[in-house]
This record gives sequence, C-alpha cells and structure tokens, in this order.
Amino acid sequence: MINFQYARANDVADAVRMIATDPTAKFIAGGTNLIDLMKEDVERPSGLIDISRLPLKGVEETSDGGVRIGALVPNSDLAWHPLIEQRYPLLRNAILAGASQQLRNMASTGGNLLQRTRCAYFYDIATPCNKREPGSGCSAIGGINRIHAILGTSESCIATHPSDMCVALAALDAKVHVTGPAGERVLAFTDFHRLPDSSPQTDTNLHPNELITAVELPAKGFPANYSYLKIRDRLSYAFALVSIAAAMELEGGTIGEARLALGGVAHKPWRDSAAESALRGQPANQTTFEQAADILLRDARGYEHNTFKIDLARRGIVRTLTQAAQATPQSQSDKKIR
Amino acid sequence: MTQANTVGRAPTSPAPTKILVALDVNGRQRQLTVAPWTTLLDALRDHLDLTGTKKGCDHGQCGACTVLVDGRRINSCLTLAVMKDGAKITTVEGLATEGALHPLQQAFIDHDAFQCGYCTPGQICSAAGLIAEGKAKSADEIRELMSGNICRCGAYPNIVAAIQQAMGTMAGRS
Ligand SMILES: Cc1cc2nc3c(=O)[nH]c(=O)nc-3n(C[C@H](O)[C@H](O)[C@H](O)COP(=O)(O)OP(=O)(O)OC[C@H]3O[C@@H](n4cnc5c(N)ncnc54)[C@H](O)[C@@H]3O)c2cc1C
Ligand code: SF4
Ligand code: FES
Ligand code: FES
Repeated sequence: MINFQYARANDVADAVRMIATDPTAKFIAGGTNLIDLMKEDVERPSGLIDISRLPLKGVEETSDGGVRIGALVPNSDLAWHPLIEQRYPLLRNAILAGASQQLRNMASTGGNLLQRTRCAYFYDIATPCNKREPGSGCSAIGGINRIHAILGTSESCIATHPSDMCVALAALDAKVHVTGPAGERVLAFTDFHRLPDSSPQTDTNLHPNELITAVELPAKGFPANYSYLKIRDRLSYAFALVSIAAAMELEGGTIGEARLALGGVAHKPWRDSAAESALRGQPANQTTFEQAADILLRDARGYEHNTFKIDLARRGIVRTLTQAAQATPQSQSDKKIR
Repeated sequence: MTQANTVGRAPTSPAPTKILVALDVNGRQRQLTVAPWTTLLDALRDHLDLTGTKKGCDHGQCGACTVLVDGRRINSCLTLAVMKDGAKITTVEGLATEGALHPLQQAFIDHDAFQCGYCTPGQICSAAGLIAEGKAKSADEIRELMSGNICRCGAYPNIVAAIQQAMGTMAGRS
C-alpha cells in the first residue's frame, strides 16, 4: 500500500467538502474492495476519507410504500432486515449469494455498487488494462477471458461488474440517491452503471466528488414469485459466472409485470426491456421463457474462453423464470438447482 | 504471503503522521500508534503480539484472520486499525474464560476439527459470530454461513460437527 493520509468525515456535508478539497482522495466504507485494491497498487488514493461512521445506517419505509436504505447499511444487516425479508426476498437472496458472512458484515450498500471488476488483468499491474491505465490496451480480449462479458462489450474492455446485490437492485427498479457539491440528485439504477465503450476506466455515472447517501426501492417487491440463481465454479464464496434475478406477477398462469436481470455477463447488471415485454401477458411456461431468453441474448457474443456463458445464461434464465413462476425460489443454503 | 505494512513502491508523498488508536481487545484497553495503512490484522499481530489471529491470504479470501468486532465477525485483513478506533475486538485469545475453554474450542478438540490448525482460530471466531447471529440451524446452513473460512486440510465435516455440538452446549446454558 502506498502512503496515504487518513481523515474521518463527521457528516454528509463534511464528506462532500473533504472530497472536493482533495479530488485524489477516496471515500472508504467497509474497505473490502478498496483496501484489497490498494494492497495490489491498483488504487492509489492520496488520502482516505472514512465515511463508515456517517449516520446513513437506516432501513426505513418511504411515504409511497417503498424502502429507503442508507448507504452505510452493511450487506448482512440489509439481507436480514424484516422489511427486506418480507417484501424484497429477491434482494435478500442475491445479497446472501455474494461473498461470505464476514465480508457482508463489513460491506456497505454504497460500496457494493462501486466495487470494481474482478478481471485478473485489472488486478495485475504488470499487464496492460484500459480500465486501470487508459490507452494501455485490454489484455483480456486476446488473453484468458473465461469470466468475461458476453453482452455490451467494447473493443476497449470486456470486463463484468461482479456484484450480486446490484443484479437484484436492477431488477427491482431501485434508485440511487447521491450528494455532491451541486446538491442532491437521484439516478435510476439502470443508469447508474455504464457500459465500457471507449472509456472503461469509468464504471458508473456517479461523479468522483459525489457521495452515495441511499438506495431506494419502490413499493413493488414481487415477494410471491421471484428467484435468484447464481452459477459459479464452487457453490459458495465465489463470484458468478452467470447469475439471474427473475420476478413476476402471476394471474392464473398468465404473467403480468415481469423483471429479468443478469449478472456476470456485462459491465453492468443487464436488463432488457424487450425480453421483459416478451414475458408480459404470456402463459408462464417453458416456451415463453425460452423466447425471453433468446431475445435477451440476441446480441450475445463469446470470446475464446467464455462462449459457454451464452448457453449457460439461456438455460439459467429459463430455470430461474421457472423457479419464480412456481414460487420455488433457489435456496441459498441447499445448493441443488431444482 | 504479504508482509506487514507492505509498501508496493517508494512513497511519493510526505509520510503521514501516525495516529493514536484506542481498542478494547479481549477486555483490555489498549492504545497504539499506527500508520494509517496498518490493517487491524497487522495491529493485532505485530503491535499487540496477539498472533492467534492468522494471516492466510491478506485479501479477504480465506477467513484465517476472522475476529469479532463489536460482536460481529469480520476479516481483519481488510479493515484498517484506525477505522476501528474505540471498538471492542475479540480474538481467539479472548474466548476462554477463567481458565475454561470456550464451548467451541472444546468442541473443536472433541471432534478433531483440524489438522495443521492454521485456519482454526479463524474458524472458531467465525463460528462464534455465526452462533451469535442465530441464523444457521441445519448442517447446510452452517456450511453456507461458514463458507468464508477455507480449510486447506479439508477438516470441514468435523468443523460442522464441532459447531453443531457447541450450538447444543451453548443453547443448553442460556
Ligand atoms: C474474497 C471476496 C469475495 C467476494 N465475493 C463477492 C460476491 O460473490 N458477490 C458480490 O456481490 N460481492 C463480492 N465481494 C465484493 C464485496 O461485496 C464488495 O467488496 C463490497 O460490497 C464493497 O463494499 P465496501 O463498503 O467494503 O466498499 P469499499 O471497499 O469501502 O469501497 C469501494 C468503493 O466504493 C467507494 N464508496 C464506498 N461507499 C461510498 C459512498 N457511500 N459514496 C461514494 N463512494 C463510495 C469507495 O471510495 C471505493 O472506491 C467479494 C469480496 C471479496 C474480498
Ligand atoms: S477486460 Fe477491461 S478490466 Fe480486463 S484487461 Fe481488459 S480493459 Fe482491463
Ligand atoms: S487473511 Fe484475511 S481473509 Fe485471508
Ligand atoms: S486445519 Fe489446516 S487449514 Fe484447516
């Protein structure tokens, strides 16, 4: 780790003021991603602004029936919060599928959104990587790319966003509340993360001097018909190769509103309105689910080692939609995929 | 394995001032002066000589460094000592009381839940956190919520059995 200065922020205004005076500093919340990257010299902030004591730790109902989650609520507390367990079990299951209990105890809601890719070249400062060193090239495109993206890639970067929680937040139409020098603004979850295009060094549309203060869930939580299926190399404590969040309303076998989001396949949690439209108003059966999967994957493209993800995603989508329709969500402890 | 206070390259900025940190470690008030980049793990091992907590990967990937902070299990390699100023830390050295082993320590012995023993302090602290959470009931649930602790010797079946025994003992006591 390089030399850095350490300071603690006392309130939101303080944090925003501190980052404005030193743009090369970074906020630290749980530290589980930032400290790891600092040990590898991938991140080299001049200073750390400790936001872990800011009073952003509430999980509260909003006036329109939704829930507002403070940016510093630990992932573990969020997963097991009664409001989340009862009304947004899709979010609970996605969180519990990620990392380990120790890490979830540390990881914050805001930090989870901003965790960086697990591309091995990004982590290895001896190799070219456009995300780490803009203009140096992408080692993954012609290298080992088994874990990389199949959708929304660019010639500059084929990395994936590694979060599980974010896949559920995308499916649930969450909003992200941020505060910066110019005041507050709200981003739709699907506009929060971005595709790599020619500037993969920028993961999100958050400005570097902005602080995430909260994530807000709308009232609709799909507690009856949902499932989160995470497919990975080992059954726990591993990042997703492909993960699927599915939720729907059902009326006598016919699908009402439907949500489908994928992790491990793109630079952001992947949602596709055309695939969701193909579900709406249709019978909840295999044919419908296969059609939706084909639409979602219509532009999927494999690289040398990750072409398997296209088939895996297709079968995973059908399976997860089936689990959601049958109200038999994937268990996060008994790992059999039924 | 990474050394304590790893400096990946020569410092380019003036050395930051060291910071005074107060920690309650295993019931004792401790004060230490550390550089900002000192992890809680290095503070425990190198500054307080509490070497029961192990460094396996130093990257949150193995669980050997698990300790309890304000009663919750965390990876001490991924947090900074300065961030925990004022916190109550329990390491494996702090689990036994008045000469009696903690029920988890006894259960690990009874079930031979280790081979080399390197992962054991982390397993035991993690299991103490798991029992306090009260979420794991079945063996499947124990396995899933203990997955943050890797055992290279593969003592997993005995670790699960030991945790089940300790859960029983501790439930009987309360
Ligand atoms: C071994 C291992 C396995 C893991 N497995 C998984 C997994 O399977 N699935 C998964 O989803 N995740 C996994 N994770 C990642 C983990 O979920 C993230 O590291 C964690 O969510 C990051 O949160 P944090 O609070 O620790 O962030 P920090 O490390 O504190 O910060 C991360 C980034 O966010 C910025 N930041 C933090 N909070 C704010 C804020 N409020 N406003 C603005 N900027 C902010 C920081 O400046 C930093 O750049 C794993 C991590 C490890 C180490
Ligand atoms: S895929 Fe992206 S993160 Fe990985 S080497 Fe290429 S540019 Fe870097
Ligand atoms: S040393 Fe902390 S998790 Fe391995
Ligand atoms: S006993 Fe050797 S690593 Fe677990």
